[in-house]
Amino acid sequence: MEKRTTSFYVLAAFFALFVLFLYGPTITIGILSFQGPQGGLTFPMNGVSLHWFRDLFQEQAVGDIWGAFRRSLALGLMVMVSTVVISVMAGLAFRKRFKGSGVLFYLAITSLVIPSILISLGVGLIFNQLGFKVHWATSGFGSQLTWTLPFGLLIMFAVFNRFDRSYEEAARDQGATAWQTIRHVVLPIIAPSLIGVALFGFTLSYDEFARTLLTSGSYNTLPLEIFGMTTNVTTPVIYALGTLTTLFSLLIIGAFLLAAWIMGKRRARAGSDAGQGV
Amino acid sequence: MTDLTGDTPPPETTAAPKRAGHGLGANLLGWLQAAPLTVILAGFLVAPIIMIVIVSFWGATEFSIYPAFQFDNYEFLFGSPVTYRVFLATFKYALITWALTLSIGFTVAYFLAFHVRSQTMQIALFLLCTIPFWTSNIIRMISWIPFLGRNGIANQTLQDWGLIDAPLEWLLYSDFSVILAFVHLYTLFMVVPIFNTMMRIDKSLLEAARDNGASGLQTLRHVILPLTKPGIMIGTIFVVTLVMGDFITVRFMSGSQKANVGRLISNDIALLQYPSAAATAVVLLATVLIIIAVLLRFVNIRKEL
Repeated sequence: MEKRTTSFYVLAAFFALFVLFLYGPTITIGILSFQGPQGGLTFPMNGVSLHWFRDLFQEQAVGDIWGAFRRSLALGLMVMVSTVVISVMAGLAFRKRFKGSGVLFYLAITSLVIPSILISLGVGLIFNQLGFKVHWATSGFGSQLTWTLPFGLLIMFAVFNRFDRSYEEAARDQGATAWQTIRHVVLPIIAPSLIGVALFGFTLSYDEFARTLLTSGSYNTLPLEIFGMTTNVTTPVIYALGTLTTLFSLLIIGAFLLAAWIMGKRRARAGSDAGQGV
Repeated sequence: MTDLTGDTPPPETTAAPKRAGHGLGANLLGWLQAAPLTVILAGFLVAPIIMIVIVSFWGATEFSIYPAFQFDNYEFLFGSPVTYRVFLATFKYALITWALTLSIGFTVAYFLAFHVRSQTMQIALFLLCTIPFWTSNIIRMISWIPFLGRNGIANQTLQDWGLIDAPLEWLLYSDFSVILAFVHLYTLFMVVPIFNTMMRIDKSLLEAARDNGASGLQTLRHVILPLTKPGIMIGTIFVVTLVMGDFITVRFMSGSQKANVGRLISNDIALLQYPSAAATAVVLLATVLIIIAVLLRFVNIRKEL
């Protein structure tokens, strides 16, 4: 090993500053959410209390955040499952050329780069003109999928780019049907990556704002509820809410990463290195 | 090997299909597998875009919209000086944010890819950078308030140090805070693709450069930078489109004092002026797609995954 150069230390310091920049503000509101009952939105701390967290459990203080949380959770799970299933299917489809695959690919990219407010506006308009009611579980659900599916699809591309086809050929040579090959060979090999797709599906939906704005109807999802609060709530209760939902996100991320890690470990013990890509 | 994925760079067997399907049978399976994706994109991407284009020719009263085929919305849009100012402001945000996220993102990715030696450490630090991406953007914006506010940490600290006498007013609710939030939210979109391409650079190329007497800076300039271009392009596509289409960051971080195209649209929506919002949306979409089309000429996304 060669010696660390000066540039290493300069870059390491830069990286540390970047991480501080990423996490500093969130940690700050984490601290400020324990503000005393008389405290304001900025330092200094006016005592330490759980006052603002208690406030979250009183409906009159903050509106229907628990309902919003339940809806966001349900929607997140719906989007997660759909994203995994649809992305895997599309990923399999894209391994061979089929008529229209090019168009579909560019549509997926468009879905990723299109300004979110256009989806919101367009879906809202269609539902209005057709006389349907917008609802988070229908129009909101579809709109969010236009955001999560491209990510899922791109991950599947990355997975299949690194996929060793000889496993499939071996299965086929031994007489497995196409479905058996997918079910018993392909899916187990790509399983850890599917955890990644699921993580994207859930978290992107759980935090999605712009595409849900005009498509969720009269019942808000959590991000919409939080945004509504920013205009009329001027107490640290909003920090308490921010802290709780961030902790929840971290918990989810941790669980997914742990699952991926355990799966990787198990696989390593089983002695196969298949599907370790991504 | 320091490849994050732990395996060799993908051989030519990319997902990009080589064999063309023959006849209906070969196509049919593909169609069936791609059907759910197609249905969702048709219903929630293509149809809304078509709807927006149609409605952009409609008329509106104060309370309702009615079908028509008139160019009033576009005439008004292109005839108003506000439009040009707002589009200019949007480009300004995009350009400044792009420059900042690129320099920060490149530096961070470079450090991770070439200066962190253990693979475990690389993965850990990389995850450290990506975790905020999976948390709420709105909360992350809110969390700047105690920093930038009139009595916030920044002003307090600067006053304590005697650098300023009165609190700076432009820290929050200004172009500064808007761009700061953009950089905070979107630098990650540069780090990930750039890091990804950097990890695929064959380390022997760097050794070759050094053996031939190139300085560290020369290697960076003539070897790493050209090879990292695809990652930079993908990052650029993400950042530019996210900033161009944004309306919520600008509204929140500028305290509704600054405007960009997204806010122009959302204001019209709030006033139920859907046709006018749709016309602006069409122009925005055209602008974004043109930019993407130009950027895509420099990179083959599917090969880079």
